[in-house]
Amino acid sequence: MAYEIIESCVNCWACEPLCPSDAIFEARPHFKIDAKKCTECEGDHVDPQCVSICPIEGAILNPFSEPANPPGSLTGIPPERMEEVMAEIQSR
Amino acid sequence: MELKVIGQSEDNTAESGCSASGCGGSSDQLSHLPDHIRDKVHNHPCYSEEAHHHFARMHVAVAPACNIQCHYCNRKYDCANESRPGVVSELLTPDQAVKKVMAVAANIPQMTVLGIAGPGDPLANPERTFETFRQLTEKAPDIKLCVSTNGLSLPDQVEELCKHNIDHVTITINCVDPDVGAKIYPWIFWNNRRIKGRKGAQILIEQQQKGLKMLTDRGILVKVNSVMIPGVNDQHLEEVSKVVKEKGAFLHNVMPLIAEAEHGTFYGVMGQRGPTHDELQTLQDKCAGDMNMMRHCRQCRADAVGMLGEDRGDEFTMDKVEVMDVDYEQAMIKRADYQAEIEAKREAQKKSANETFIPLTALTTKKKETRPVLMAVATSGGGVINQHFGHAKEFLIYEASMTDVRFIGHRKVDLYCSGGDTCGDAETTLQKTIRLLEGCEAVLCSKIGYEPWEVLEESGIQPNGEHAMEPIEEAVAKVYAEMAESGQLEQQRQADQLQAGA
Ligand code: SF4
Ligand code: SF4
Ligand code: SF4
Repeated sequence: MAYEIIESCVNCWACEPLCPSDAIFEARPHFKIDAKKCTECEGDHVDPQCVSICPIEGAILNPFSEPANPPGSLTGIPPERMEEVMAEIQSR
Repeated sequence: MELKVIGQSEDNTAESGCSASGCGGSSDQLSHLPDHIRDKVHNHPCYSEEAHHHFARMHVAVAPACNIQCHYCNRKYDCANESRPGVVSELLTPDQAVKKVMAVAANIPQMTVLGIAGPGDPLANPERTFETFRQLTEKAPDIKLCVSTNGLSLPDQVEELCKHNIDHVTITINCVDPDVGAKIYPWIFWNNRRIKGRKGAQILIEQQQKGLKMLTDRGILVKVNSVMIPGVNDQHLEEVSKVVKEKGAFLHNVMPLIAEAEHGTFYGVMGQRGPTHDELQTLQDKCAGDMNMMRHCRQCRADAVGMLGEDRGDEFTMDKVEVMDVDYEQAMIKRADYQAEIEAKREAQKKSANETFIPLTALTTKKKETRPVLMAVATSGGGVINQHFGHAKEFLIYEASMTDVRFIGHRKVDLYCSGGDTCGDAETTLQKTIRLLEGCEAVLCSKIGYEPWEVLEESGIQPNGEHAMEPIEEAVAKVYAEMAESGQLEQQRQADQLQAGA
């Protein structure tokens, strides 16, 4: 089982040096996790390191393919509020 | 530049309001500093108000990662602590950055300072940041190095910083109280965990204060930046000013929060407003009582190149830099000559100012109190009035009073829009500029068109093109004296005059 980085990643490099298994690598259009190498940080850290520093909600999926940092969990912006504001901006 | 009033009459001293660093009358904000610090900042455009007219700085974006989250930041863009929000810089490797710095230094001889400010937190990317500094210390020893940080990993990096002989560090400190901090920082990454809320803020504050102390103990200059967030830390920043001064910071720079929903930041989306010009200035004045404030910060971006307020980054993109041929030995000689020339000019300017300056009190009649006046100035550098009104991307705001002329801050004409064509017709741009100049009663520029002249006048802002190429403070003092003489300044500004052009 492994974590996965998806397209909303902004290539900020924060996760890469933290991975105890050297599973994360720079790639375009976004960083990737080598599923064969990822250990979920088991035995090294209590929390998966990439998930703990990644600033972008939804950029990393957990082994069940769910966002490890779901909407609102990092920014504190309630998802409904975000939707409202985005709709307002688009209608301008 | 000395604008000390010599023959000040007793009857106006009481109320002339020596509220700012200018009490005692010197417009040199650094006058209170010990000599060794003054020497260090003398040619530093970010630290010396006077030097920023003459010297240039550049930033390179080599540090992408960050270890905290600020509510005014969206990590899709550059670090908002040092850069404008909503800007993406070209990320460079240390080798590329060094190449770029050498190319810029060879082409812009007034470039004296290289900073690393992002796009994330430089100290959360120690290898890249220090590799860049190591190479530059060796290859371009005539360039000063500086770095800015959110402070979280600062204590761990102080030893390494000292090795690289970096003498200026900027720490962004928005609070010293974790309850305030919890409203600014949603989380930090600390000891392999994400720590949210008050606990995270508390660790961050402790680290910032510890790092600040460690640096000043080692004789490294520390500037503190704070972002003013109305209703969150605006009341608290006076306390911050006091605390960081006690720990030895030499400058405290309060910047306005810039929050737009489009940036997708917490504050932007939640509708948190930024401070008005007035609120910012009032706070800067209050903090100035405690310590030396910097008012000329332009919140430049992480890959900015050029004089403060100008960005020549487009001339030095990596593809252009790669093909430039730089003979740095030659360039260093040229740079030294050029900088000596500027030095001579600055000296001359200082002298002439001392000779020609007429004490303001000699011009204002003794019996009347005259109120202070804000004036806007269009300049492209050099400390003189030398820019066409219509070309000004920003205005420098000065306050003239019976006792002195002091620099208040900058107002940018349009922070996010890059050109005139895409953003409405000329009239709206002019209207925007007039709104921007709210509170000013005169605008000094080298030239101004007929149409804007009329509109400005109608709005109660007197355009003035008579002081082209004159040193700024001197010209502002003269215009103030003229206004005082004509009796305009004896009463409060007329309300109807203010509304006329609106
Ligand atoms: S979960 Fe741990 S091992 Fe897996 S990629 Fe992330 S940091 Fe590496
Ligand atoms: S920390 Fe998140 S956004 Fe940054 S590179 Fe890793 S996955 Fe991408
Ligand atoms: S320190 Fe800078 S990059 Fe990091 S979250 Fe704050 S503003 Fe953004």
